[in-house]
Amino acid sequence: MVTRGFSSGRKPPTDTDARIPPGQYLEQGFPVLSAGPTPRVRTEDWSFTLKHGPRPIKKWNWAEFNALPLSRMTRDIHCVTAWTKFDTAWQGVLIDDILADAGIEAPTAFTLAHSFDGYATNVPAKDLVAGKAMVALLYEGKPITPDHGGPARLLVPHLYFWKSAKWLNGLQFTERDEPGFWELRGYHIYGDPWREQRYTGDP
Amino acid sequence: MSEASAAQSPWQTAKIIRIEKRTPRVTSFFFKLSRPFVHQAGQHVDVRLTAPDGYQARRSYSIASAPESGGTIELAIERLEDGEVSPFFHEVAAVGDEIELRGPLGGHFVWSDKDGGPLLLVGGGSGVVPLMAMVRHRTARKSSVPTALVFSARIWDEVIFRDELINLDDRRNGFDLVLTLTREAARRPEDYSRRIDAQMMMQSMARLPEPPRLAFVCGSNAFVSAAAQALIDADVPADLIRTERYGV
Repeated sequence: MVTRGFSSGRKPPTDTDARIPPGQYLEQGFPVLSAGPTPRVRTEDWSFTLKHGPRPIKKWNWAEFNALPLSRMTRDIHCVTAWTKFDTAWQGVLIDDILADAGIEAPTAFTLAHSFDGYATNVPAKDLVAGKAMVALLYEGKPITPDHGGPARLLVPHLYFWKSAKWLNGLQFTERDEPGFWELRGYHIYGDPWREQRYTGDP
Repeated sequence: MSEASAAQSPWQTAKIIRIEKRTPRVTSFFFKLSRPFVHQAGQHVDVRLTAPDGYQARRSYSIASAPESGGTIELAIERLEDGEVSPFFHEVAAVGDEIELRGPLGGHFVWSDKDGGPLLLVGGGSGVVPLMAMVRHRTARKSSVPTALVFSARIWDEVIFRDELINLDDRRNGFDLVLTLTREAARRPEDYSRRIDAQMMMQSMARLPEPPRLAFVCGSNAFVSAAAQALIDADVPADLIRTERYGV
């Protein structure tokens, strides 16, 4: 339905347009969204636990985790609140390298990413491996600020950004696809920006 | 906690039936829904504008009206100078226009009288909008849940819903309004003239019969960060605090 009096004055040029998923707009800043207060996690208190169901597979402290291979990912990111930001530059540890260090391959098809503030979000295992996702430790070469999820956040840039859990403290393989925090509260179980899967029930 | 239903919220058209200027920068638009829904106080809708060439812009706006408002919703939209959708509403939209929206959306930043209290609401600027839905819901339900709203605005004339809030405050039925103006002197004895801090939070919570069981904080990112920290410094447990942040 055409809206009376609305024109496409802000429509981006065609070359950038192809990088903007449906319903998104280009943002230069880096907005912050979260469900509660920003936790201040000190690196000396930080740890990351890999689990299969309730069973811990391996746990790293900050120094051990930083000794894992560091990779770069520069990607466009897409927030469900409709902003898209181009070329965000991250460094961190690929999920592949975490699994390799633990000596396993993904034991199930589903995961829940867990955070220090109790937040959790579900991501299929296939969306985390083969270089698609990392635990990010640096943003534009600097430690990630608490507002943006530091010391460490998940980065799954091809899904809406709520899947890139802030203040990450663990990854749990689950037998079933279990909805996380926002997925229980009206947001899509998978969250592909290119299919505009924003809310529960979107195709 | 209330959770959003799994039901889909399809796009629908909604007709603008009334436009009311609230402050120099905020105007309320009242929409008659073609597919009426009952929202939870604190939820938002997504609004979608479509140009003749198919280009679309969409934004989320919190609902200001109570769930009891029956088939119409109020969106209080702040004009952002750099915006795309808000200038359309402020300059172009007129009574009778049909706009596409979907909702209600969001299942975390919501309150119902059944959730109880005491309730502490902290809003900065247009961040008061979803909190206003909670205050209006409380009023519509004739709820006695003790509620304090701490509302920070730059100046007196930018206090959105000012007359309505002061009228509710004057009823002395368990709703307390605390205004703080960051660029002007306070006008009422209970009000402040500074940015929100832990002391202000402690004094505002002292108006409640017991510590809050739930706190909702909404505003710009900088506001929410500062206000949530002030609450934590005032010994409010972090897991009682729910936040919603607007913009950059």
